[in-house]
Amino acid sequence: MSKRPTQEINAGSMADIAFLLLIFFLVTTTMDVDTGISRKLPPPLDDQEPPPKINERNIFTVLVNSRDRLMVEGKPSDISMLRAQAKEFMSNPRNATNLPEMVTKEIPGLGIVTVPKSAVISLKNDRGTSYKMYIAVQNELAAAINELRDELSMEKFGRKYKELINEDDKKSIQDAIPVPISEAEPEDIGDR
Amino acid sequence: MARFKKEKKSGVQKINTSSLPDIIFMLLFFFMVTTVMREVTLIVKIKPPEATEVAKLERKSLVSYIYIGVPTKVGLYGTKPRIQLNDQFAEVDNIPAFITSERQARDEADRRYITTSLKVDQDIRMGIVTDVKQELRKSGAYKINYSTRKVGKLSYGNLY
Repeated sequence: MSKRPTQEINAGSMADIAFLLLIFFLVTTTMDVDTGISRKLPPPLDDQEPPPKINERNIFTVLVNSRDRLMVEGKPSDISMLRAQAKEFMSNPRNATNLPEMVTKEIPGLGIVTVPKSAVISLKNDRGTSYKMYIAVQNELAAAINELRDELSMEKFGRKYKELINEDDKKSIQDAIPVPISEAEPEDIGDR
Repeated sequence: MARFKKEKKSGVQKINTSSLPDIIFMLLFFFMVTTVMREVTLIVKIKPPEATEVAKLERKSLVSYIYIGVPTKVGLYGTKPRIQLNDQFAEVDNIPAFITSERQARDEADRRYITTSLKVDQDIRMGIVTDVKQELRKSGAYKINYSTRKVGKLSYGNLY
């Protein structure tokens, strides 16, 4: 049998083929990272069960009307003040009687901390509220909670909440400062 | 007395391109692994609102999307905000069926981790969003995510 020299395959066009595939994938795929504010919706209301009674001092009401104006705790407010107001409500630094009752309790991993007994932020918006404003309000409330978490985390672990490595540490901070945002059942107040 | 003549360079030297396909293939695999296929073509205009306190959406395969915005073809479909599910316009009543089909498409063990991402235009009024949220509550899709753009600082002036 005569030994033929192995023929070389011309691989010059391989690069072109690969380029074509590459461009195809570049065009059809997305690489943008989705970011957003995560929330949990409450289960549908049960008609038989009356809503739980919550003391007035434990509720922080935020109303947004169809003109995107804010009413916080019965007084007109502004979005730039909302964060500070929410923080004050959640921490009650001067132990005021119109802000939530604070209790000291032991949370595993943190020791003894002072947390509000049952603070709820009640958010209610109109059908005419702009989505932009709604998100801004959600954002400010989330910011208030995040700042409080950061402060507690700095005090206990010496680093910010987001920079905590240990999942258990994160969990205990979450236990101490939950996200108590409750959205009221929708109601039509004014049209626009 | 040029005994050793300098060898004249004849034209441009050829570059060895035999490893070029490998490099391109590497790039290709990188893109295939890091990206996801674009699933829908948007038929509504969406510019998400800005926010600072955002979190990354994990596990994209377990996310179903609901788009709300003004149709891109205003001349054809009008300027009323519409809901888009998959590739077509939908009504609020279609959401339970959509959620059911999204659940069935996922692995049984993963179903409780499904997040519904609301991609809503910033200039939409809350009415339609509230309706969608009520439908989601009824269908038991409690985990939601309001899609936002991350910014360093919120400018309050643009809100009014």
